[in-house]
Amino acid sequence: MILAIDMGGTHIDSVLVRQGELVKFVKHEVQRNDLFGSIWHCLQDLLQDQDKNEISRIHLSTTVCTNAIVEGKVSKVGVILQSGPGINWDFGNLGDNLHFLSGSTDHRGVVAEDFDPDDLEAIKKSFQQNAVESLAIISKFSPRNPETEKEIMSFFADAYSEITLGHSLSGKLNYPRRMQTAYLNAAVANTFRTFARNMLTALKQENITAPIYILKADGGTVDLGSALKRPVETILSGPAASYTGISALFPAENEDAVLLDIGGTTTDIFILADGIPLFEPVGIEIDHRKTLVRAVYSVSIGLGGDSYIRADEGEIRIGPERRGPAVAYGGEVLTPTDALVYLGLMSGKYPQKAEMAIASFASELNMDTEACAAQIVTQFSESILRKIDDILERVNKNPVYTIKELLHGQQITPRSIKVIGGPAQALAGALYEASGLEVTFPKNYEIANAVGAALAKPTTEISLYANTERRILSIPELDIYESIDRSFNQAEAENIALRAVERAGAAMGLSADQLDSEITESSSFNMVRGFMGRERNIRVRAQIRPGLLYDFQPTRERGKDESE
Amino acid sequence: MKANNSLGLIFFPAFDWAISPAHPEREERLLYTQDQLFEEGVEDIEGINFFNPSVARPADVQRVHFAYPDVDSIVSESHYIAAGGVMRALDAVMSKETDKAFAMVRPPGHHAQRVTYGDRGFCIINIEAVGLEYIRQKHPDLRVAIIDTDCHHGDGTQDIYWNDPDTLFISFHQDGRTLYPGTGDMSELGGPGAYGYNLNIPLPPNTGDEGFLHVLDNVVLPVLDDYKPDLIINSAGQDNHYTDPLTNMNFSAQGYALLNEKLNPDVAVLEGGYSIEGALPYVNLGIVLAMAGLDYSAVREPDYHEAKWRQSQRVTRQVEEISRQVLKNWENRKKLAEEEFRGLRKVTLPRQVYYDTAGIMETQRQEFTICGDCPGVNVIHSVNDRGASLIGVQIPRQACPSCQREGYRLFEEAAKAGVKRRFLQDRSNDQYFAS
Repeated sequence: MILAIDMGGTHIDSVLVRQGELVKFVKHEVQRNDLFGSIWHCLQDLLQDQDKNEISRIHLSTTVCTNAIVEGKVSKVGVILQSGPGINWDFGNLGDNLHFLSGSTDHRGVVAEDFDPDDLEAIKKSFQQNAVESLAIISKFSPRNPETEKEIMSFFADAYSEITLGHSLSGKLNYPRRMQTAYLNAAVANTFRTFARNMLTALKQENITAPIYILKADGGTVDLGSALKRPVETILSGPAASYTGISALFPAENEDAVLLDIGGTTTDIFILADGIPLFEPVGIEIDHRKTLVRAVYSVSIGLGGDSYIRADEGEIRIGPERRGPAVAYGGEVLTPTDALVYLGLMSGKYPQKAEMAIASFASELNMDTEACAAQIVTQFSESILRKIDDILERVNKNPVYTIKELLHGQQITPRSIKVIGGPAQALAGALYEASGLEVTFPKNYEIANAVGAALAKPTTEISLYANTERRILSIPELDIYESIDRSFNQAEAENIALRAVERAGAAMGLSADQLDSEITESSSFNMVRGFMGRERNIRVRAQIRPGLLYDFQPTRERGKDESE
Repeated sequence: MKANNSLGLIFFPAFDWAISPAHPEREERLLYTQDQLFEEGVEDIEGINFFNPSVARPADVQRVHFAYPDVDSIVSESHYIAAGGVMRALDAVMSKETDKAFAMVRPPGHHAQRVTYGDRGFCIINIEAVGLEYIRQKHPDLRVAIIDTDCHHGDGTQDIYWNDPDTLFISFHQDGRTLYPGTGDMSELGGPGAYGYNLNIPLPPNTGDEGFLHVLDNVVLPVLDDYKPDLIINSAGQDNHYTDPLTNMNFSAQGYALLNEKLNPDVAVLEGGYSIEGALPYVNLGIVLAMAGLDYSAVREPDYHEAKWRQSQRVTRQVEEISRQVLKNWENRKKLAEEEFRGLRKVTLPRQVYYDTAGIMETQRQEFTICGDCPGVNVIHSVNDRGASLIGVQIPRQACPSCQREGYRLFEEAAKAGVKRRFLQDRSNDQYFAS
């Protein structure tokens, strides 16, 4: 049985799921000043009538790292950068304990110039004087050659336990993002460690020993041990849980589609291509920092069931602000929910008040009440669809680098819209009118996020780089740096990448039939150097395909007792 | 970080195409440039946007070339896309979608001349010219300057714009007596309709940053000030770099960046440059930053030592002398044209063109009619050593009615000449005929 907890901004949901079947669901409010306590109370409520021994794994979508970053409650990080030649980026948001080292590594991973080791002593002294708590060490092109980062770390290892090395976070090339990601990782390391320790202690008190997995922004999970090394991967997992939840509630189809989560304040939009979600091209952004953290691509727009409606020069304006709940639920200002209630598409606590609010608004605009309500609903749906069109236009223009992709690459053309959220059912008709696409919505949408958290599978992605001229092979994410012989080829590289990603998956607790590894990118370039033989430059990416541990069975009854 | 000039990057490395597996023009060529641009975080700079190329159509190629036997037989997808990259760059700039654009595409194009039988110097079609003539259909009155900073003479672009006063062509290159394709002498000044609008600046081997910048400051910029183009295109070949395996120059990434900052082109197009690990990653980065109006002072090759690549005193004196002469030719272009063409009604230019990549030798005779009202109709008679022959008639964009009629008459007349193919390029009406 999987126990899952999904912590959002306002609510904390928890579920028990047995083999894809919902056993119990509990929803609580979040106490922002006591996240750990919030989890704890929710758990106790969930488990009070359950057999704890049945719990085989715990899935946690937590906002501790996200909140720490957004609220600036982070450790004091000492940052050491080796930038070498290139762009002069602004390093202003990396804190006051920032030091630059001389030397550089080039794009091949060749150290062009060594750093001056004498500088490290002074940096160490400065860090200690300024009570630095954790370190981030980042060198340009370190995924190609991590030696410089490792050498620097060995100098500080006796003084600091939390040291993040840039190359360990991603094999992708993007120095400014590596810098930001490593900084954030070091900044939240202590926060996350404390949280994990509290969690483990409390679970132990309850005699729960099941392994803990943490939700990531890519819709997958990571085991707690790995999360302690890379806590930054746990940021912004909320939308990913919502995506996983939606995909759990709808039967899997391999088609292009749009997923919508319509909430009170915002609507989250996800895009599926052949049933697979789009990911952020490089990584997600948090607190105005672009990172290398892999994430499901989602766009949030300021349009929800409770968006504030007013007239502006004779035009109806909806959102992006929310000024409390809908009139139909005891609020003060008109919202899309009130229009849906008035039109009989949705039920409300105070339908008469909603009608009065709509009528008075309509008269302000010299409109018929019904026409006004209908106009609000149409405008709401059309705004969402306009946004979807913008997104599709953008993603269909993403840069490609081969003739095959340019001339024969597939464009994403959604065949359906799948919606969850309070107004989902009520808006289905209007969304269909506006788009002409099939619109579906599930029952029990409120369990989506927690179910998504419960069924998310551990995921990981690796980048293999091999160069037969230099006889090197690297997989930075797994800290693999090996030598190869000159006959090494693309097929061997793919094989090594798949085995490596499978080992990583198994280490995160995936069984052999759940591994589902795949090559996502693979290329081999002839390198011609002078008149001597051919060398190869090989790049391969492999991943554990994100997905669900089990198919969800929404039709079965809640709480029905069946053994695993 | 935000670009001061918004910049569209048409970065298309064509990772699945090569002339042949070990050819310099192979899949690997822009791989390390991509690594460098990605690692530097160029895609995250606000105002720098990556665009996919358009794909040129045969009609876009016909506007520029007499392609034998026809466009589709000799032009591959990769060429249509490289030219499409330039079209996209020009579209983006002319529609004000972006301030500037850089088409980092391959293969290059500046050796492709009006007649094209196949591959010369890795070029089959002239990608700048295809792009420029395409955009001129939307903006017919554009006055354009093409500045070719590739180390090899841009002989294809010279041939295409030889007689067009609305396209100023300036090429600086390693002296043709020491490098392919051998042309590019100062005396090659243009046809009777555009004499002086073709400026060659042949530079001695081992010219360094100082020499290139001297040419820019003392010839190119003053000429541009005078000509006042609506659009500046840089044919940004990168083989003047000190590490280039095919040439003998001493130019650096810093030099390229500074040149681009001063030249301030609207559009840059990658041409040659085959030091794919040692030069392209740094030169391309330098050009990107310079075009975006960003600080490039820290862009440097890992092995660069200024003193090592500084040009000699002798080179400095030669460069200064050449610059003086070229500028004088520009200033005296009207007088020189009068002397050159006084009393003539037609100018004939016999030439031989060698296709090094394809191994074809072509013999040509170009005939330019001198007209007082327009640049005049012109005809190319061409045969090659593989038994091909053609006559190509060109009616220029600016043609007067009488030259238009004359063009059609010459095309009819060519039917009797017994050549295998004849072509008519009626640029004044954007109509193209072949038979």
